[in-house]
Amino acid sequence: MSTNGKGYDGPILECKNLSISYFTRAGEIPAVVDFSLTLHQGDSVGLVGESGCGKSTVAMAIMQYMGHNGGIVGGSIIYKGQDLAALSEEELRHLRGNEIAMVYQEPMASLNPSMTLGRQLMEVPLCHEQITEEEAYKRAVQVLGDVHLPDPERVMNSYPHQVSGGQQQRVVIAMALLSNPSLLLLDEPTTALDVTVQAGIIELIAEIAEKFNTSMIYISHNLGLILETCDRINVMYSGQVVEEGTVEEVFDHMRHPYTKGLFSAIPLPGADKTAHPLVAIRGQLPLPHERPAGCYFGPRCDHFQAGACDQGLIEISPVSGEAGHAVRCRRWSDIDWTAYRPGDVSAEAIAPGAEVLAINKMRKYYELHDNSIAAWVKGNRVRYVKANESISFTARESQTVAIVGESGCGKSTFAKVLMGLETATDGQVIFQGEDVSNFPVQKRTPKQVGSVQMVFQNPFDTLNPSHSVGAQLARVIKKFGIESDKDKIEQRVMQLLDLVKLPRDFARRRPRQLSGGQKQRVGIARAFAGNPAMVVADEPVSALDVSVQAAVTDLLMDIQRNYRTTLLFISHDLSLVRYLADRVVVMYLGNIVEQGTTDEVFSPPYHPYTEALLSAVPVADTSIEKKRIILEGNLPSVMNPPKGCPFNTRCQRKVGSICETEVPPMVEDKEGHIIACHIPIEELRQVEPVIKMQKDKEDQPAAE
Amino acid sequence: MTEQTIELPRRESSLLRAIKSVALLRESVVGMVGLGIVVFWVFIALFADLIAPFPPNATIMPLASPGMAGPDGAVFWLGTDHIGRDILSRIMFGAQQVLIFAPLATLCAYTVGIPMGLAAGYVGGMTDEVLSFIANVILSFPVLVLYVIIIATIGASAVNILIAVTFASAPGIMRIVRGLVLDLRSREYVAAAETRGEGPWRIMVLEILPNARGPLIVDICLRVGYVIITIGVLGFLGLGLPPPDPDWGGMINETRQMAMTFPHMALFPCIAISSLVLGFNLLADGLREVSLRD
Amino acid sequence: MVLTMLVVSLLLFLLLEISPGNVAVKVLGPYTSEEQRNLWLEAHGYFDPIYVRYFRWLGNFAIGDFGESIRFKVPVSEVLWPRLANTGILALATLGTVVPLSLGLGVLAGMREGSKLDRTISVGSIITTSVPEFASAVLLSAVFVFYLDLLPGTSGMSDGFDLVQLALPVMVLVLYDFGYVTRMTRASMAEVMMTHYIRTAVLKGLPYKVVIMRHALRNALIAPFTVIMLQINWLLSGVIVVEYYFAYKGFGALLLEASLNQDIFLIEACAMVAVFVAVATQTIADVGYTYLNPRIRFS
Repeated sequence: MSTNGKGYDGPILECKNLSISYFTRAGEIPAVVDFSLTLHQGDSVGLVGESGCGKSTVAMAIMQYMGHNGGIVGGSIIYKGQDLAALSEEELRHLRGNEIAMVYQEPMASLNPSMTLGRQLMEVPLCHEQITEEEAYKRAVQVLGDVHLPDPERVMNSYPHQVSGGQQQRVVIAMALLSNPSLLLLDEPTTALDVTVQAGIIELIAEIAEKFNTSMIYISHNLGLILETCDRINVMYSGQVVEEGTVEEVFDHMRHPYTKGLFSAIPLPGADKTAHPLVAIRGQLPLPHERPAGCYFGPRCDHFQAGACDQGLIEISPVSGEAGHAVRCRRWSDIDWTAYRPGDVSAEAIAPGAEVLAINKMRKYYELHDNSIAAWVKGNRVRYVKANESISFTARESQTVAIVGESGCGKSTFAKVLMGLETATDGQVIFQGEDVSNFPVQKRTPKQVGSVQMVFQNPFDTLNPSHSVGAQLARVIKKFGIESDKDKIEQRVMQLLDLVKLPRDFARRRPRQLSGGQKQRVGIARAFAGNPAMVVADEPVSALDVSVQAAVTDLLMDIQRNYRTTLLFISHDLSLVRYLADRVVVMYLGNIVEQGTTDEVFSPPYHPYTEALLSAVPVADTSIEKKRIILEGNLPSVMNPPKGCPFNTRCQRKVGSICETEVPPMVEDKEGHIIACHIPIEELRQVEPVIKMQKDKEDQPAAE
Repeated sequence: MTEQTIELPRRESSLLRAIKSVALLRESVVGMVGLGIVVFWVFIALFADLIAPFPPNATIMPLASPGMAGPDGAVFWLGTDHIGRDILSRIMFGAQQVLIFAPLATLCAYTVGIPMGLAAGYVGGMTDEVLSFIANVILSFPVLVLYVIIIATIGASAVNILIAVTFASAPGIMRIVRGLVLDLRSREYVAAAETRGEGPWRIMVLEILPNARGPLIVDICLRVGYVIITIGVLGFLGLGLPPPDPDWGGMINETRQMAMTFPHMALFPCIAISSLVLGFNLLADGLREVSLRD
Repeated sequence: MVLTMLVVSLLLFLLLEISPGNVAVKVLGPYTSEEQRNLWLEAHGYFDPIYVRYFRWLGNFAIGDFGESIRFKVPVSEVLWPRLANTGILALATLGTVVPLSLGLGVLAGMREGSKLDRTISVGSIITTSVPEFASAVLLSAVFVFYLDLLPGTSGMSDGFDLVQLALPVMVLVLYDFGYVTRMTRASMAEVMMTHYIRTAVLKGLPYKVVIMRHALRNALIAPFTVIMLQINWLLSGVIVVEYYFAYKGFGALLLEASLNQDIFLIEACAMVAVFVAVATQTIADVGYTYLNPRIRFS
């Protein structure tokens, strides 16, 4: 057992001016510069930043696991009074897993696929303490209970792939807790999980922190998550901490332009695409060896002052009047924070036009052929995966319709049917007056194909790495028959690059010379090359950094406004959906459970799933009070959906056996707002809203 | 927005790009050594007619030791064999034969294997099942057994050996290509091409294949090396090209009995073939190293 | 598996037995008259419809009646099985050396990828796989038989089984083969060492030895297992060169002789046995892979 605070009074962890660099063939790459942190028993601090800011490197440095080409080049890390860099390998081994434990981003990859979970759990106490196997077993079962895993014995005997993602992460957390560590490092522990599952894990982490008084370092790019889990926050940019303090202070009285830029780039409940659009931080993250002299954020800062901001190492200085709040900026006291609203522009609202898309009771079942003998005997050689069940909704010109749901809800299948990559099993898909449900892409006319295009999720895969950007765009133009003359095609390519605000000479670059955000812009250009009437955007920004997300989202909005395109926006990010969408369709396990305008869906009456989803999404706003609803159980398998209402296995408002036997009716609350639930609509109208605004903060954008 | 006349610079010529990628190889010592060896043998094969001191089949002075001089003063640098032919010249001309045959055979095998692999991986379904079954059937014949049976049945000639090698190698290539295609077809740019309505062959050849070139280039080098060994084995077993044409494997076979007293006759061809195969293997390894670093 | 065997048998049958006249010439010799051949063909059922012939042929194979060897003038099985056993001994000796050697070297190289040890082992493996068997046979013979006079030059085993005579053939085989398995093992091990679960194991505080032995190996050795199964296949039928060189009375040499002598029934039998071994090892490899990989076993 680790000492866990007993007999040691000082800070658990002290990082003093820590600098970490990687040494590659290309030279020294400084990953972290001048990082300082003090953590006492029971503290929880969040490290927030975008990719490349060095937050994960700090965690690896604490574990002294930087690989053979990384090393501490300055400062020190002191754990309970000991300098970690001075310890021998054997002493480090005693600390790892025992006093300092870690929870990782991808639970499936972090567990050994060839070992039972029980074995992996028992290893921890067995190697650190002198106990017998039976005792280790009992402890493992007990800690599995602490993380609220049902049926711990079964989990002990399972292999990692036999349990769900959320359960895997609970096991990883259990593994970290087994020896009662003093310090827990969590590196984006919920990024790979669904939103409702994430809520459960967050709750668990909060509970553990309180129960065991463990100190925590929580690494994330999601400001909302930090608000829910941590007391203090360190905002990192390009290897340095730019602002630190308690969560309330930093969120409400931020004093660094970058922090301000971050908050302006994320969709908060008060943001609105017409009145308060998202503001992207201009410029780009500098590469580690191209960092400017002085303030790293200087080139992108609205308050940059030559002479003050580009000389020497900027020190971190306390903010007067707020103990523990410090900022790395020379001009923070000069800036008028109440008046500073970066890029406060508004745009006009667009009125939707004629109906463009009408989906009518569309069904898509996949056939699974099981050729085994067992299936032949049982008579179920052909099974159906009910990917989409009775989908009906409409979309109008220049409207943004969001399709929301977690994994397995059928949104990707739906997109495929729309694009013609699959044909519908039943029902109609009427696009611009023609039913295309039975027309795969090969059977559609080039004009039809060009009228509905897609923006994909993963910017790193969305462009063919072997062809230049210009060639790929030219191909699309030619394919849709927009232009056929070589020069005209080239001109159109240039126009498209202008449209997405990329320099024209990108046309001859290869995709690997572009950043993620730039690639996604090309993806958008490609989708709009054929003057489409409708664009399906499948999680177009979820793989991008926060500040880039804002830019790409705004771009999409701009183009849509100018071209009056219908946008079908598929996402699991409810904050973004609330910001962008005019109408929302909520899907669960292939069924539509609720649809309506954004305001209607985001306020009562809710479908119970919508309610749970709303409560699960972390919001980075201290003035919000949120109901806590945690769903039990896992997402059921699509191959074996529950009978009756698909949500009945997890519903927090389950009425009774009617939910298990009968498919719920589509109940209309108002015209256009439909909820599929057995609960009477009057009762649902009485439900309290999930999100309630509280006090007004001085320097926030006016919250509505 | 004013319309600017578009000046897209000319795309780099493929030759320039090829030279640049060879220059990349500079980072791998192993690769450079391999390339050096291969270039050396290619040079010999190209200029064998000019630089070989003797005609390859002329019987001049049997059992001469290396370094001994012949009747008109020209030196047998590697000695002569039991019939009197100069070993150095035979090795040089043998290099010609090997370096024409092996790449040619590999190319033929790839011409068959790539389309099969593309179709099996991309189209899937029945096509995949049938093609994979055919590949499994051929692959379940141990390679040498296959060669021996084929050649013994249809006879040994240049074309027949080519056919045998293609037949035996194509399924392996098909498997590799299929694996690569299966991996690549789930990429979003393939989905983007599909949503554009591009035809399947266009997608296979223009979207997928260029992105598989890394592992395929490495495989080509390895396979050429392997085919060289195979040609050597066939020659050694007496199933290669009929004599008197110089064939490294055949040279070793003919002279091994006398290796006790005249080791040079079998030794030099052994070194020749081993070094050439080594060159290709090192080159392949270097290419793999470099492509991983990319 | 069964389907593959059937298709192969059909192909072989079509290739070799399709024209009765050809068969007759091969069996009886070119100097017989047409009448004599027809008599023989009639007696052996060669004028029956082709599918009858095929099934009868297949049936004979199933019960082990492979016909009679033209050259040796005895039933094929009498010649085949002892030779197969000999090759089996060679295979066993080779495997017994190669498996521990290459697994060991491969794991060591993969554990410390990029280190000097790794580079040495990798380059060494490449070099040894570049030397064809016949070349290394010549070289090793030159060293051990002629210069050092330690080992016999041929392995005919004419005076009964002699272990020393096995030494050279095994050496040649080991030298050629171990490089491939070593490199496969190394690649597998290097890949496993890069995974996140190894990082988890290290950061749990487990001793390095435990991480390697208990966490890494059981994942890293799955792919080499498949490779080794396929090596068994190669060892039983791909050793023609070595057997020919050292005059070892094994299965590969038998096949070669049969092919060169156009000894039809012997060729058929050898080919069928070779294919059977190939398909059987492939099946065992597949089953083994499924068993060793829990993701597939329990899904």
